[in-house]
Amino acid sequence: MKLLKLLLVCSLFLAGILVNAQEKEANKNHSCLKCHGHTTFKYMNEDFGMEIKESMCANRMIDTLAYAQSNHGMFKCTDCHSPEYETFPHPGQLRMELMYACNDCHGGDPEYAKFHFEAIEEAFYESMHYNRSPDAFTCWSCHNPHTYKTQARVGENIIETVRYDNNICLSCHADVSKYELLTERENINILQSHDWLPNQELHFKSVRCIECHTQLSDSLLVSHVVMPRDSAIRECTSCHSANSHLMASLYRYKSLESRKGGGFLNAVILNDSYVIGANRNQYLNILSVVIFGLVLIGIFTHALIRILKRK
Amino acid sequence: MADEKLYLYPIWIRIWHWLNAVFFIVLLLTGISMQYSNPDNPFLISFELSVQLHNIFGILISINYLIFIIGNLFTSNGKQYKMKTKGLFKRLYDQSVFYLFGMFKKQDPPFDISVENKFNPLQRFIYSTAMYIGFPIIIASGFALLFPEIIIPQIFGLSGILITALIHVIIGFILSLFLFIHIYVCTIGASISSNFKSMITGWH
Ligand code: HEC
Ligand code: HEC
Ligand code: HEC
Ligand code: HEC
Ligand code: HEC
Ligand code: HEC
Ligand code: HEC
Ligand code: HEM
Repeated sequence: MKLLKLLLVCSLFLAGILVNAQEKEANKNHSCLKCHGHTTFKYMNEDFGMEIKESMCANRMIDTLAYAQSNHGMFKCTDCHSPEYETFPHPGQLRMELMYACNDCHGGDPEYAKFHFEAIEEAFYESMHYNRSPDAFTCWSCHNPHTYKTQARVGENIIETVRYDNNICLSCHADVSKYELLTERENINILQSHDWLPNQELHFKSVRCIECHTQLSDSLLVSHVVMPRDSAIRECTSCHSANSHLMASLYRYKSLESRKGGGFLNAVILNDSYVIGANRNQYLNILSVVIFGLVLIGIFTHALIRILKRK
Repeated sequence: MADEKLYLYPIWIRIWHWLNAVFFIVLLLTGISMQYSNPDNPFLISFELSVQLHNIFGILISINYLIFIIGNLFTSNGKQYKMKTKGLFKRLYDQSVFYLFGMFKKQDPPFDISVENKFNPLQRFIYSTAMYIGFPIIIASGFALLFPEIIIPQIFGLSGILITALIHVIIGFILSLFLFIHIYVCTIGASISSNFKSMITGWH
């Protein structure tokens, strides 16, 4: 009996430590998020000895939940930002702080070899975005440091992946305030520039911008060479045909997986969407040819007998 | 066939019919060009043009179909498409036996053609099925594909568009079989071209 009680007390104690540790883990960034996670923040005005409440400007705010779920959610803010940010007001010279690039951490790390970080970086240097504004455009422009999460590689649902990836492009191409940070050029109205594409809404929901705007790459899952507009794909048949471009990009990862599982090539497209001209079920194809053939044979024999029996 | 001339096809049916035939053939050719889309095949219409033509002629054939429905509602032509279920199978069987054997033995057709009864049972059955079952389904699924936002996104884990498109393609395939058989059977008349002339002049 005593032993049992002891055990109980011990386990309660242990549980307490665990919960505490978990809370600490969740709260490790509290010192920053108490301001950056809310629409308003408070600070002490030492001179007058009073607490002041102000609003946090929207682009300094961080979505706490999305941060926790992001690829880098286990980091402390000060792993990437200077620890001097602990003080408020933040010291002025921190503005000049040089931020890490992806490859400062991921470059040459064999654990991430399958992502091909170096090859992506090279591709990025070829991209139209980088070449138009080499100082301002970085990996972080597309990969939001506080929310980026791997999608295409792990996503179960292709529509989800399309939405995620397109929202990356739309973060600028549907929001002037971010777009105009990078160029003097007048805002591009993408609804207008794509008015030649029928069922535009459906296309933007079921196909990624990068399908038409990047060079296909054999080694990279996500091609990173965004090309100038003249090189964008416009031919419907690059997707709407048997050897659809999409098999090599959007559906590649999944089609490789399902082919391994003994499925046939079109398995992926067949469940998630219907791409006219690319969806060809072999069995239905054979069946339709057979039926059509039988009908023709029927007609010909009938006609033949008619001719023979005429007289 | 009957000896005296019968006026079987009123002018509006003839206009409807030939418009329908033209629209349907364009839809068939563009539909095949999309389904088997391949930029290297010189016999197919280009995908972009096919999409545009298919959309336009799909709408045209739907309007034309409305004329057919309204015409049949308000004229006696509609009666030609109604049939009694009693003895239907026997009548279809008799007519099929005639097409398969009887006509080669120079027998008379089992059913006479008259103004009240211009179709034989097989025609009546096949025309009614094509016009009152096949057409509504292919038109409805076609419009759903034209306005995909009205389609339920997921049905039993499959894309709603996929299912709608499959229905559309399968009915289209069946109707195109109908077309081949239809045209062939129409050559079985007093002479090979007499039925086609009837459909132009109205007189059988
Ligand atoms: C008392 C509220 C408060 C706290 C706590 C706080 N910040 Fe800030 N932070 C602000 C405000 C307000 C701004 C915008 C004004 C400015 O740029 O100084 C800001 C700006 C920033 C910027 C943008 C600076 C720039 O160059 O534009 C960074 C980065 C930042 N904070 C990081 C942090 C980090 C990391 C922590 C935690 C270690 C932290 N902050 C804690 C209120 C706070
Ligand atoms: C993986 C590294 C990384 C971590 C972890 C990180 N940041 Fe950042 N943060 C950046 C980078 C890089 C930028 C600059 C973004 C740019 O140049 O577009 C930035 C910019 C900011 C800004 C300026 C506004 C903006 O979004 O551009 C604020 C504020 C900020 N971070 C706060 C935080 C806080 C608070 C945390 C912890 C919850 C945090 N950061 C964690 C990399 C990081
Ligand atoms: C400060 C160093 C650092 C920087 C800068 C950084 N990362 Fe990471 N990244 C990490 C670490 C550490 C992990 C592993 C996180 C974990 O295991 O939870 C990670 C995880 C990832 C993952 C998930 C890997 C997996 O196995 O699922 C991806 C993808 C990724 N980072 C991409 C990027 C990209 C793209 C950038 C630049 C936009 C970047 N990272 C910048 C350190 C960094
Ligand atoms: C123009 C926007 C853009 C820029 C700039 C960009 N990326 Fe990406 N990146 C994307 C998109 C979109 C994805 C697909 C995200 C997903 O679905 O996982 C992606 C995915 C990735 C992935 C995951 C690939 C995989 O195999 O799963 C890595 C790693 C990556 N980017 C690294 C980088 C690096 C490093 C840079 C800078 C040299 C960079 N990206 C610049 C848009 C961009
Ligand atoms: C079906 C292929 C296709 C898709 C999908 C597509 N685009 Fe385009 N896009 C094009 C083509 C082709 C052009 C060139 C149009 C022209 O020159 O008139 C273009 C032009 C553009 C332009 C330049 C327009 C201008 O006026 O300079 C931008 C920006 C753009 N696209 C962004 C996007 C974004 C963002 C998405 C995803 C939401 C997207 N595109 C999806 C094919 C596509
Ligand atoms: C960080 C903001 C930002 C993001 C994210 C972004 N773009 Fe852009 N994009 C721009 C700016 C700025 C320009 C105008 C460049 C110029 O001509 O100065 C541009 C131009 C373009 C053009 C027109 C090129 C031309 O020849 O005129 C295309 C196409 C394009 N982007 C596609 C994309 C695609 C696809 C994505 C997503 C993978 C994307 N963009 C993501 C900022 C962005
Ligand atoms: C980048 C690939 C791509 C290109 C290029 C492309 N499409 Fe599509 N298209 C798709 C996909 C994917 C779908 C399937 C949507 C679904 O089922 O969710 C689709 C669907 C369609 C649909 C069917 C709409 C419906 O209601 O089902 C039509 C029509 C269409 N595309 C026409 C065109 C035309 C015309 C062009 C050339 C101007 C074109 N597409 C270029 C990928 C593409
Ligand atoms: C798929 C397209 C077509 C459909 C749906 C269709 C349908 C029909 C229908 C319903 C009738 C009976 C009309 C009535 O109420 O009197 C009919 C008659 C006829 N059709 Fe068609 N038709 C099509 C295409 C064609 C084509 C392409 C031709 C010839 C080139 C053709 C030749 C004829 C002829 C000759 C008749 C009159 C003979 C008879 O009564 O069976 N049709 N068709």
